[in-house]
Amino acid sequence: MFHADRWLAPLLATLACVTALVLLLILGFLWNEAWPVLTEGGWRRFIDAEGWYPLEGSFGLLPMLWATLAASFGALLLATPIGLASAIFVRFYAPQSIAGLYRNLLSLLAGIPSVVYGLWGLTVLVPIIAHWRPPGASLLAAILILALMILPTIALTSISALSAVPTALLQGAASLGLTRKGMILGVALPTAHEGIVGGIMLAMARALGETMAVLMVAGNVVQTPSSLFDSVRVLTANIALEMAYATGQHRAGLFASGMLLTLLVVLLAWWAAHAAGETRHG
Amino acid sequence: MNMPSYTLGQIESGPSCCKPVRHLAVNNLSVSYGGKIVLNEVSLDIYKGCITALIGPSGCGKTSFLSALNRLTDLVPGARVSGQAHFGETDLLDPSLDVMALRRQIGMIFQKPNPFPLSIRRNLELPLREHGVRHRELLAAKVQQALHDVGLWEEVRDRLDAPALALSGGQQQRLCIARALVLEPSVLLMDEPCSALDPIASAVVEELIQHLRGSYTVVIVTHNLAQARRLANYAAFFWMSEHVGKLIEYGQCRQIFESPANDLTAAYVAGLSG
Amino acid sequence: MVNRLTDQLFTAAVWSAAILVLVMFCWLLGDLLLQGGHHLSWSFLLSAPENAGRSGGIAPILVSTLLILAVALAAAIPLGLATAAWLAEYTRDGGRGARAVRMSLDVLAGVPSIVFGLFGNAFFSIFLGLGFSILSGGLTLACMILPIFIRTSEMGLAAVPDEWRRGAAALGMTRAAALWHLLLPAASPAIATGLMLGIGRATAETAALIFTSGYVDRMPESLSDSGRSLAVHIYELSMNVTGGDEAAYASALILIGLIITINAIAQALSERWLTRRIITA
Repeated sequence: MFHADRWLAPLLATLACVTALVLLLILGFLWNEAWPVLTEGGWRRFIDAEGWYPLEGSFGLLPMLWATLAASFGALLLATPIGLASAIFVRFYAPQSIAGLYRNLLSLLAGIPSVVYGLWGLTVLVPIIAHWRPPGASLLAAILILALMILPTIALTSISALSAVPTALLQGAASLGLTRKGMILGVALPTAHEGIVGGIMLAMARALGETMAVLMVAGNVVQTPSSLFDSVRVLTANIALEMAYATGQHRAGLFASGMLLTLLVVLLAWWAAHAAGETRHG
Repeated sequence: MNMPSYTLGQIESGPSCCKPVRHLAVNNLSVSYGGKIVLNEVSLDIYKGCITALIGPSGCGKTSFLSALNRLTDLVPGARVSGQAHFGETDLLDPSLDVMALRRQIGMIFQKPNPFPLSIRRNLELPLREHGVRHRELLAAKVQQALHDVGLWEEVRDRLDAPALALSGGQQQRLCIARALVLEPSVLLMDEPCSALDPIASAVVEELIQHLRGSYTVVIVTHNLAQARRLANYAAFFWMSEHVGKLIEYGQCRQIFESPANDLTAAYVAGLSG
Repeated sequence: MVNRLTDQLFTAAVWSAAILVLVMFCWLLGDLLLQGGHHLSWSFLLSAPENAGRSGGIAPILVSTLLILAVALAAAIPLGLATAAWLAEYTRDGGRGARAVRMSLDVLAGVPSIVFGLFGNAFFSIFLGLGFSILSGGLTLACMILPIFIRTSEMGLAAVPDEWRRGAAALGMTRAAALWHLLLPAASPAIATGLMLGIGRATAETAALIFTSGYVDRMPESLSDSGRSLAVHIYELSMNVTGGDEAAYASALILIGLIITINAIAQALSERWLTRRIITA
């Protein structure tokens, strides 16, 4: 018994190290695989080259980068107000029974796999858009599907944040004669804004990293989008589509694009955490 | 348990109730946390079978003193204990000491009752199992004895598998005492065991502590001077001087309360009679 | 006066948004049921796919999915619990080791799933030589589950009151015993939540599995066989198999049902475990 604790601490510490090692392994192997393409020309290749023609050694990522950003931010723009409004609905407007049901619905939707969203988008949404303006598989489809996917995340985290607002504050606002709108916009939202922003950041990370759903509805043509109805290919989809047959430099290029994407997501998350931290202290 | 219960008069007559055999010997004990000294050079002897009360205002290091005796200070990062402390022949401050076995000998009761979130039975069985008692019937016998000793047996005998947290505060504290007793220690350290309880529960626990006299050595920290006077054979008065806890006076309970040698002591216990 | 008007407009806006969301999702779920419902049958669940999946069933795929999940959990649970226990019980907030581990987990949580697929392919499939296999896929998923599982488990352990730790120590119990008998059971609701979140993510995952566990839709005979998970099957049917839409919808319904079922089982198991061992009044 006395001895049990002697090996417990080192054992746990070792396993914790293994966990930390996972990230290092990922970074290490990504770097290792991306190396061939990075030694010849470095990171500038990904910006300077005219387009993505991997078999000819041209690894211009910009069109796909713009597509990624356009799809993600478009989705965020659409999902944030609606998600927030849903959260406000559940917290402040819905009768008790409906609020519970609605929340369960949101949880269910948050659990639906991305392929299922993609499937629906492909078979229902894309034809509708095609009807309006071909080809249908487009940036717009990607934005709509992504918005649908990240909406539950934003709504659920906002509900948690709003629920954490002390009732004393809300009662104070009510006693000052504020309308419900005034109380929500003036008191509840500002108080909960840290949690809400956190949820939005989570949603953004999810949108940027989403592969399957966007792959299935966006058309996958490598071009910088000039209109909502252009077919686009996002970075994630690119990797998924070409990994199957990529070799040599091409494969290295895909790994490099994966690293860039990860860097993008991590930087955004770090910036978001810092921005949120500053508003807390500032 | 055939212990005679003591009336008020007999308690105050001090040492004739128990032989002054040294059980714990403490010499120049100091405790510091992260470099900040909280208790400075305390020397006193705890006598076997007696109830020793540690009195004095909050923050004087009385709890730290107790924690040093069963090496609970080991759990606090940055805690340092220096000086000498002996439990019989054992050097308490020896780094290679088997603290698990020590804590079987020296039990501790905390201010806020902390029964585990388990059934009443499991609360008592778990420490027994951990110390090697596995035999089913032996476990049941010890559980019953311990509950009997604290006066809980009749109250809980038919709901031993009920949650311990469903008991009242006083019952929970008695359960914690039973949990300590089930390991058959010789010393019980009690850190304000009644302060979190209502008056009636407090009285019940106090009576239990009285019954422990003679069979166990009890060291009890208490802010309740009347309680100290009722219970203790010996009293140690702690005070804060220059932000450091010190032992001011130690002696038989009667002497501390009626004819203290130190002015500070006199002023403090005057709160009792004045 | 204006106040009332804007208040009413605001109310209308909020309700509209809520109804819009409801409508969209009813549309989605309704379509799933309508288009895939009639393709469901017992033989769908129990037989192998035929005609590239357009007809027949998904039995081997279900088995592969469950095996991949089992591998992922077998790897992630011990590693995750050990790390959470280490973080909660053996480190202080500012400790360098703890900070490093926490930071690496935070970064890991943000890594896109396709990048996990790249890593899994490079490390498990190629470097460790596991090839396209259930083992590769499961281990890759384990890496994805770890951050969220550790985060919730650690929070659960940290929330267990200190007084129980002190009480256990005062009784001469080893930290190992306290952890096993008291702390982990007390933290089990949080652990179960983390587990369910992880399982949800793992079952829904596609991108990470395409290049690690592969596409083979035959019944796997061992963990080193390639296996197609349900999510990958849906992807394959909808993108690469013309006329596979109906089967895809039916598979989607099964997948959602599977996720709901696993969550329910995890919930029930953790509650049963709770009432058996830990009883808080």
